[in-house]
Amino acid sequence: MKAISFAAGCLFASTALAQETVLTVYAGDYVVSEWGPGPKIEEMFEARCGCDLQFKPGDLLPRLLLEGGKTEADVVFGLNTDVTKKARESGLFAPHGVDLSPLTLPIDWTDDTFLPYNYGETAFIYDSARLAEPPQSFAALLDAPDDLKIVIQDPRSSISGLAMALWVEAVYGDKAEDAWRKLAPKILTVTKGWSESYGLFTDGEADMVLSYTTSPAYHIIAEDDHAKKALIFPEGNYFMVELAAKVATSDQPELAQQFMDFLLTPEFQKMIATGNWSFPAALPHDRWPEGFKELQLPTKVLFYSEDEAAALRDEAIEAWRRGLSQ
Amino acid sequence: MAPRPLAVIAALAVAGLVLGPVAAVLARAGGWGTLGPGDWQALRFTLVQSLLSAFFSVLLAIPVARALARRRFPGRGLLISLLGAPFILPTIVAVLGLIAVFGQNGMVNGGLRALGLPGFSIYGLHGVVLAHVFFNLPLATRLLLQGWLAIPAERFRLAASLGLSPRAMRRTLERPMLLRIAPGAFAVIFVICLSSFAVALTLGGGPRATTVELAIYQAVRFDFDLGRAALLSMIQLGLALAAGLLALRLGTGDGFGAGLDRVVTRWDGRAGLPRVMDGAWIALAALFLLTPLAMVVARGLPGLAHLGAGSWEAAWNSLTVALASTILCLAWALPLSSRWGEWVGLAGIAVSPLVLGTGLFLIVRPYANPLALALPVTTLVNALVALPFALRILRPEAEAVRSEFRRLSLALGLTPAAWVRLVLLPRLRRPLGFAAGLTAALSIGDLGVIALFADPERATLPLQVYRLMGSYQMEAAAGAALLLLIFSFGAFWLCDRGGRAHADT
Amino acid sequence: MLTLEKLTYGVGDYRLAADLALPPGQRVAVIGPSGAGKSTLLDLVAGFLTPATGRILWQGRDITASPPNQRPVAMLFQENNLFPHLDLARNLGLALRPGGGRLTAEEARKVEEALARVGLGGMSARKPGALSGGQQSRAALARVLLQARPILALDEPFAALGPALKMQMLDLVTEVAAELGALVLLVSHDPQDARRFAQQTVLVAEGQAQPPVATENLFDSPPAALRAYLGQERP
Repeated sequence: MKAISFAAGCLFASTALAQETVLTVYAGDYVVSEWGPGPKIEEMFEARCGCDLQFKPGDLLPRLLLEGGKTEADVVFGLNTDVTKKARESGLFAPHGVDLSPLTLPIDWTDDTFLPYNYGETAFIYDSARLAEPPQSFAALLDAPDDLKIVIQDPRSSISGLAMALWVEAVYGDKAEDAWRKLAPKILTVTKGWSESYGLFTDGEADMVLSYTTSPAYHIIAEDDHAKKALIFPEGNYFMVELAAKVATSDQPELAQQFMDFLLTPEFQKMIATGNWSFPAALPHDRWPEGFKELQLPTKVLFYSEDEAAALRDEAIEAWRRGLSQ
Repeated sequence: MAPRPLAVIAALAVAGLVLGPVAAVLARAGGWGTLGPGDWQALRFTLVQSLLSAFFSVLLAIPVARALARRRFPGRGLLISLLGAPFILPTIVAVLGLIAVFGQNGMVNGGLRALGLPGFSIYGLHGVVLAHVFFNLPLATRLLLQGWLAIPAERFRLAASLGLSPRAMRRTLERPMLLRIAPGAFAVIFVICLSSFAVALTLGGGPRATTVELAIYQAVRFDFDLGRAALLSMIQLGLALAAGLLALRLGTGDGFGAGLDRVVTRWDGRAGLPRVMDGAWIALAALFLLTPLAMVVARGLPGLAHLGAGSWEAAWNSLTVALASTILCLAWALPLSSRWGEWVGLAGIAVSPLVLGTGLFLIVRPYANPLALALPVTTLVNALVALPFALRILRPEAEAVRSEFRRLSLALGLTPAAWVRLVLLPRLRRPLGFAAGLTAALSIGDLGVIALFADPERATLPLQVYRLMGSYQMEAAAGAALLLLIFSFGAFWLCDRGGRAHADT
Repeated sequence: MLTLEKLTYGVGDYRLAADLALPPGQRVAVIGPSGAGKSTLLDLVAGFLTPATGRILWQGRDITASPPNQRPVAMLFQENNLFPHLDLARNLGLALRPGGGRLTAEEARKVEEALARVGLGGMSARKPGALSGGQQSRAALARVLLQARPILALDEPFAALGPALKMQMLDLVTEVAAELGALVLLVSHDPQDARRFAQQTVLVAEGQAQPPVATENLFDSPPAALRAYLGQERP
């Protein structure tokens, strides 16, 4: 009897599985790694929806733009503000319809298409065990002795690199190229992406690395290493946010909506802090995980809206290129 | 006997796979883009660093290959295999290994400081060239070594009996060999360096070290300016094919004729000075190439323990793809192993992988889900990318086999199948083993087009390394990189060894 | 009858013409100065070169357009008559099975017989590299024996052998040719070879392959071209 019901159960289970609705989420590559937030998100959301959440990693926006209206994506997870303008203009996305009042971002966010789920700010990370007296401001960094070596990312191939170009633009405006020129002797090298830079820093090749205000949290929580610190500059640190959006042509609009709603729940927000090593976008500071509470927060947050950023981008990259090409 | 239709099909497959994706990208873009202000600078830098890198790789390979060709010492076979390893490392791993040796806090600067000497910076054009020589010196050395080994023993006996001076040896034996092998080696290395990107940028130290490939990356990934990407990749392709054409014209000189298979015993260079010089060259090359590898191993060992199931699955995927790519690549290379075939094959590494991936994605998309095709497409592209190397290795010897045994085979009326099975493959065993090893290793180490076709269930090992680094798992990433090194080197060693065993070297 | 009918061939400045006929079963020497076209003549007969004009006929059948292996010709080259990586059994087996398939017991026996016939009995497992020069020539002759073609074209295959060994080999060729009833064309630059071996001689000189002449007569009263080649101004 037991055997029969077990077999029947299997039968049902497999039919149920076959008919189970699938939510297809395009996500950044790091998301789906076993160390990224993907597996946890999948587990948590599938428990709520009784559906099958499938992450498709890879080049998010290029792929989506190539596919156009024929995309099978229901949700896109992991966009950055540097591409939202292009994404918005493609007309591929539907309004997220999520109440934004729980957001705890350091800036105002009213976008009805792109929904933030975590954020951070650009910052230089240093190891206080190796570097006792780091420059305490952007100005001090520019005036620091040339044997202070930093690594940054290329604004043409990396999101954090672009954020740095805009950061310099926001702090120095017309004088951005001069600022880069003063910074140039201290720049050990420029890498294609964040991973290479951070690898150089942890290997001890550079004194400081362009990364995020949230980076020390990883070392504190995962390695119990309290020596890695982010520099908070009085001139401000540049805001970076990660976003999700609903695809207009989705054949699972309800599920997609359910996923969007899920992103701002405390449950998701608590997880994403350590899952993606970022500040949760909708969680009061006192509910942040231990370790995150320890982090120094920027006193001033700089941010360009997507239109401003789009207008300034080429200029900022050109200032970087000219300043460093001397 | 040499089935021409097959050669034509193979060449058309290469052309189609290179031009098809560019055309698809172009069609999607609706026309060519225009070049930006930085693009000319990028083009100039790309050319300069490629020329210098190829020049120094080949130049330094000459004494190293000569030394390895005429010295016998315990562990020589293993050393030759090991020297091939840098070529097959994924760039990010190799760069970190190089920096551990030559970087700011590397061993060399550490040594200089301990001696009270001023340190030096690796970052700049010289760093880019150094890194490219690190990658490509092994390839150049192996190609030239093969050239030495292809000189029949009879020639060395003749030279010994004539008592040729070292200068006369160089003129009569070495120079014709170099004229035959070096231009092709130069061309293939020049073309690889053309599409360098992460290495050039990281060691170049900034925007001055911008290459065309970076501009393509920016166009595809950031600006979504496909027209510009197509234009830039056609410029890259044009440069590569021009270099190939030049090498083709320069790389004349006949084969050496058949010698019966005997162990090549050499009588030259027995005096004291040449022995010391050869020893010094071998030691220097080993030190230069193996120290960064040792750093990769040292960094990776603690990380091996942190590897999750994902990395092992990725390793398995990489191995399967490598096996399939290798078989495909060799089957593709054999009919193309002629002068023109080699030229056509160069296109495989000349076209930007990013444009290739994007174009294939556009082509495949209407018919099938690209994600489901991730591994087959990766296999195909890896085979295409390895094709120029396989051809460079196979062609000289395939031509020699043809010129030596064509008449006999015609006279006997050997069927094409018998020619391939009984003559071509057995005569090409040594280069085939080397080519197979290189293809397998390249395939294991290559990120290829998988970024656009990435499938969460089927990551490859290089992708895994990047993913781990992207999640702060630097130690695990170093472990995965070591795993990658072990697998790619293991595959390389097995094939290469298999080809050389009992092949009378 | 092997007929070369108004045959011409040319590359660049080089020209060769031939208009002659050779009867079956004859042993014919092809002599002449170096570079005159002795090997070219053989390559035309064997099908490795294509004539510009004219026809090649064997027993009245036009073979001008036939590929080498479909001609009634077995050829020995100056070198590379054996594949160095294959043992003698495989090398000779290819004469019977150009597709490289497995030999039947009957065919394997034939291979052993042919080897024994040239004095290499029991050596079928050896590779060419393990044989002496004379033994390699013998093995190549054994292959020709197996090919059993009515024309044997020998392009100085024994040039590297010593005089005694070469004479042995020529005697062996004579025997093999007699067994096959084959027409033999032997390229040589040594008049002694011609005298010893050939009933008829074709002189190739000044861009022309002369019709065959009985070897005795030719050397007794050599024409001017031959005298020049032999280094004699007068008989």
